[in-house]
Amino acid sequence: MPVTKTAAGVALLAASALALTSCASSKRDDTKSNAKSDTNATLNFGAAGAPATLDPFYASDGETFRVSREIFQGLVGFKPGTAEVEPKLATSWTPSKDGKTWTFKLKSGVKFTDGTPFNADAVCKNFKRMDSQNKAGQTASEYWLANMGGYNGADGELYQGCVATNATTVQLKISRPTSKFPALLGLPSFSMQSPTAMDKYDANGIKAQGQGFVYPAYANAHPVGTGPMKFQSYDKTNKTVTLVRNDDYAGSDKATVKKIVFSIIPDETARKQALASGQIDGYDLPNPVDWPSLKQDDNLEIRPAFNILYLGLNAKVDPDLKDLRVRQALYYAINRKQLVKSQLPTGATVATQFIPSTVAGFNKSLQPYKYDPAKAKSLLKAAGKSNLKITFWYPTEVSRPYMPAPDKIFNAIKSDWEAVGVKVTPKPLPWAGGYVTGTQNGNAAAYLMGWTGDYNTPDNFLGNFFSDPKGQMTVGAYPWGGALHKSLQDNDSIVDESQRATAYQQLNKKIMQDYLPGLPISSSPPAIVFSKKVTGVVPSPLTDEHLWTAKVSK
Amino acid sequence: MNPLQRKKDRIDALAATAAGGGDIPDAGHVSESGGLSLIGSAWLRLRRNPVFLIGAAITVLFVLLAIFAPLIAPHNGTTKYLISQVTPDTPIPPSQKGFPLGGDDQGRDFLSRLILGSRQTLIVGVLATLAGLFGGLVLGTIAGSIGGWVDSVVMRIVDVMLSLPSLVLALAVATLFGRPSQWTLIIAISIVQVPIFARLLRGSMLTQRASDHVLAARALGVRPAAITFRHMLPNSLGPVLVQATLVLATAIIEAAALSFLGLGNPDDSSAEWGQMLGKAQDLFDISPHVAFWPAGCIVVVAFGFTLMGESLREALDPRNRR
Amino acid sequence: MLRFIVRRLLQAVLVMFIVSVLLFAWLRSLPGGPVDSLLGERATPATRAALSKTLGLDQPLPVQYWHFLSNAVHGNFGTSTQVQSGTDAMELFLQRLPATVELSFFAIIIALVTAIPLGYFAAKRHGGLLDTGSVVLSLVGVAVPVFFLAFVLKYIFAIELHWLPVAGRQSPDLDATRVTNFYVLDGLLTREYDASWDAIKHLVLPAIALASIPFAVIFRITRASVLEVLNEDYVRTAESKGLSARIIRGRHVLRNALLPVVTTIGLQVGGLLTGAVLTETVFAYPGLGDALAQAFSQRDYSVLQVLITMAAIGYVLVNLLVDVAYAIIDPRIRTR
Repeated sequence: MPVTKTAAGVALLAASALALTSCASSKRDDTKSNAKSDTNATLNFGAAGAPATLDPFYASDGETFRVSREIFQGLVGFKPGTAEVEPKLATSWTPSKDGKTWTFKLKSGVKFTDGTPFNADAVCKNFKRMDSQNKAGQTASEYWLANMGGYNGADGELYQGCVATNATTVQLKISRPTSKFPALLGLPSFSMQSPTAMDKYDANGIKAQGQGFVYPAYANAHPVGTGPMKFQSYDKTNKTVTLVRNDDYAGSDKATVKKIVFSIIPDETARKQALASGQIDGYDLPNPVDWPSLKQDDNLEIRPAFNILYLGLNAKVDPDLKDLRVRQALYYAINRKQLVKSQLPTGATVATQFIPSTVAGFNKSLQPYKYDPAKAKSLLKAAGKSNLKITFWYPTEVSRPYMPAPDKIFNAIKSDWEAVGVKVTPKPLPWAGGYVTGTQNGNAAAYLMGWTGDYNTPDNFLGNFFSDPKGQMTVGAYPWGGALHKSLQDNDSIVDESQRATAYQQLNKKIMQDYLPGLPISSSPPAIVFSKKVTGVVPSPLTDEHLWTAKVSK
Repeated sequence: MNPLQRKKDRIDALAATAAGGGDIPDAGHVSESGGLSLIGSAWLRLRRNPVFLIGAAITVLFVLLAIFAPLIAPHNGTTKYLISQVTPDTPIPPSQKGFPLGGDDQGRDFLSRLILGSRQTLIVGVLATLAGLFGGLVLGTIAGSIGGWVDSVVMRIVDVMLSLPSLVLALAVATLFGRPSQWTLIIAISIVQVPIFARLLRGSMLTQRASDHVLAARALGVRPAAITFRHMLPNSLGPVLVQATLVLATAIIEAAALSFLGLGNPDDSSAEWGQMLGKAQDLFDISPHVAFWPAGCIVVVAFGFTLMGESLREALDPRNRR
Repeated sequence: MLRFIVRRLLQAVLVMFIVSVLLFAWLRSLPGGPVDSLLGERATPATRAALSKTLGLDQPLPVQYWHFLSNAVHGNFGTSTQVQSGTDAMELFLQRLPATVELSFFAIIIALVTAIPLGYFAAKRHGGLLDTGSVVLSLVGVAVPVFFLAFVLKYIFAIELHWLPVAGRQSPDLDATRVTNFYVLDGLLTREYDASWDAIKHLVLPAIALASIPFAVIFRITRASVLEVLNEDYVRTAESKGLSARIIRGRHVLRNALLPVVTTIGLQVGGLLTGAVLTETVFAYPGLGDALAQAFSQRDYSVLQVLITMAAIGYVLVNLLVDVAYAIIDPRIRTR
């Protein structure tokens, strides 16, 4: 009879519910203090994605670095709001005359949050650990690979060794002088981590498996640093990362918040709305279209620009581009002022060269190519390419800080080029679905790409664009390719900073006037936004915001 | 055949066509008196049915708008008239003289793009539906008219297609072609509709195979192909027509959803409502009208097609004849 | 009956295997991939080649599939590269599954609770104002794109009125204890009722948006089915016998009319996942739909492989369950 069946079913359900209730108990700590008082506040920050791992050495994504900047420190740091190097765990440093040995004097009395003392020995243990990677580790540690060039004493590796001369002095040896030092050591990937914890939790035990990496216990749950905050937990189901104040922090800039909780909200519009409703207290990289309303309702902080957007050209793919006049014509045809004004965020500037103005070696005297469609047409005519046809690549399904809306920038440039008689064939490709591969392999005749600087040296920009003769813009195919390559290497090896800056200024001039392998478009300052009750965080061009200095009022 | 399967087929037909809902259709049930008078009496009823009239009016208006769009639109849809007013602080030029709905984020005339958008939207919807219909026709006819193990194999294929979420099918097609474009959008949407049409036609075929006039034709020695094409297919036309009308509505909505996820046509020089809606999400806070107008158009048109489809079905249902 | 179930299960396994192979091959034939997603503008041919090698993406397809299968047997379904880096794809699926199940459950409940009574009364008062009005409402529900509806709901109730939260599944500062990962249930089991209430508040808007899809269908089918049954002889017999309306409704009409509804619910599962992708994206709700959307745009192969295969399995299983339930409810089928 249906009634009996129903009754039985309900009884069964009720019984099982009761049984489960007796098993589960609340594990919550009900003795929380009031979270909204001044220095015991919690800062809720909206992250755009989950951190790939908690060990910054194995990461190259901004979300991991956001977390690691709060809990780790490097030998050097950056002055808040600038790309200038300042002492951190090292109080001073001197290069040898040949630039191959750097001596660092370390801060004393510093401890990792697990009690391990920080000293020269710990520094060398860190470098030893970073250098001796297994196969999987060698491809996972992108910053080490890109900058040091190898592991385990490989040929051509930049890193040559570490010597602890006494408890507070350490020497780093490199194979040749480079402008990377010492700024490189301020990057999150080169943070000093606790040797004890790394040993205990097998920090180097990374494995490649099924198209991803399996991180060791250290990277999953036990990162230990010397920073003003320390790691508490990563709740994957609820998508939050929680950090708590490090009360034994040795620095002078102690944390003014008790807790930082990163809520992972991948959708930008959802982040904006979470801020509006008070669910989070701030988030990074707000969409430029939202800046006007955010400026009104919240604290929108615009960072000093440290990125560059450029239009890459490749003469190997499209031989029409071999003629300098053609490339110049394409440059004169673009109304960059209007592009910057209408399609890029407030504060964006027209680029005059391949590095932003905040980088040393920037040539202030270089004038931007003016918008001159008549000149463009005449140059094309002189080169015999009045009916130029070009395939123009642009990415979809992506937004980058230097290129918030690729399709808009593409459309603007396309109409500018069409206005001078160039026939444009659009080639949109998904960013991770062929765009990156295609452009990096040098398959695109014309494409949009950019770069956000890691630290303050032109080599970080120019080297990335041009040091590989077969890369993106295939500079090796040009007659001056060899000269450019040599200049890049030579300039990077100049030890004296002011000499180096001058050399780069001249190189930038040559690139823009004689070479022009590509067309620098703009620099767009990204922004970070906080609610009105949060102050005290200085926006950084390197995305190196010190969230622990936030002051959260009620 | 398994009694459960037979019942399930009937429910399939009911459920599939109930995607728009409605009175019980009996897909495949054919009146003995043939096609013409069924259509004739259907038309009589339709003429008096307000639901049909409203739906038909909307549909006709939409089609007319799409056909005459370039004549109706005050400006063209690609010139960036108001680009000088586009700044990061004011990304959407407001309504002004000569541009009653203002501009879009590239400074083009919003009203013109809205009107011209009806064309692309109609094209996408019609092509997607036709493609889905054709695919479903092929599969369903093969399965239904041959029967036996061929039927089982084809229906298992259809099951596989139905077992994947429609969005995934759409993603698959978009990436199979390397990059999204208008064609990948159309094919993606149509693939989702193929199994629906296939099941419909198969059901219709199977029921008809046992009916008197088909048995008679076979007894007379008429070739199976002729039976299929000259007797069974025309009788299935009713429910297919109804389904096509309903499918057209969902095709337009699917196009909007795919554009929202970034899988639509990236080239926005020719306007399309789904694409306009997809791109309007970011600007919702500042200028909600940029989203509301295309959304409203989509809703009205989909509504119109659905009304028409529903009333068509009711009219063509032979049991309603009195 | 048993033979039928076994046969269907075997067919399902075959279909799943084919789906998994096709899916695997298709994913890896796509241009780009997780390497591009991970490296972005930092990619160079050298670093890409090295990373490809490490992730095993440079091997021929059959070899890759063999590795995948042998790993899967040991419980390793591949590691996510972007959606939740470092996590095994199956683990990610199991983590996110309760979220989407909870959301779908509430959506179906909302749809059933509104659609069935509405359908019944619309049919009973066939041709009346309620009937026409609710039919129109259901049509509008179908005509409005679900992501737009989600957006509008969010805008009105969360942003403008602040009645409900904007995104996510639970407020992080609640520090709720997890037992089953079904947040509403967890709160009840651990007696942290504020956690349950908070979870419900986060579910309301996405569930309503998601419910719009099955609502229309369930409403129309209920109405159509009830209409058919109401005209049946046995109902008229019951009425003429003088049975109360409630008994007629419960024992005769609804029981028979609900058979098609049961089948439809099965068919709705596929549509729900699609709706979930759109709704979860709008509300940043950490479920399977959200994971699917992210995995796709970032070419997270492992996650895509697992999610899509499981979705197909789920659909097949639910349909099998529906068929069985059908046989149970309809005694005519059982007796054959």
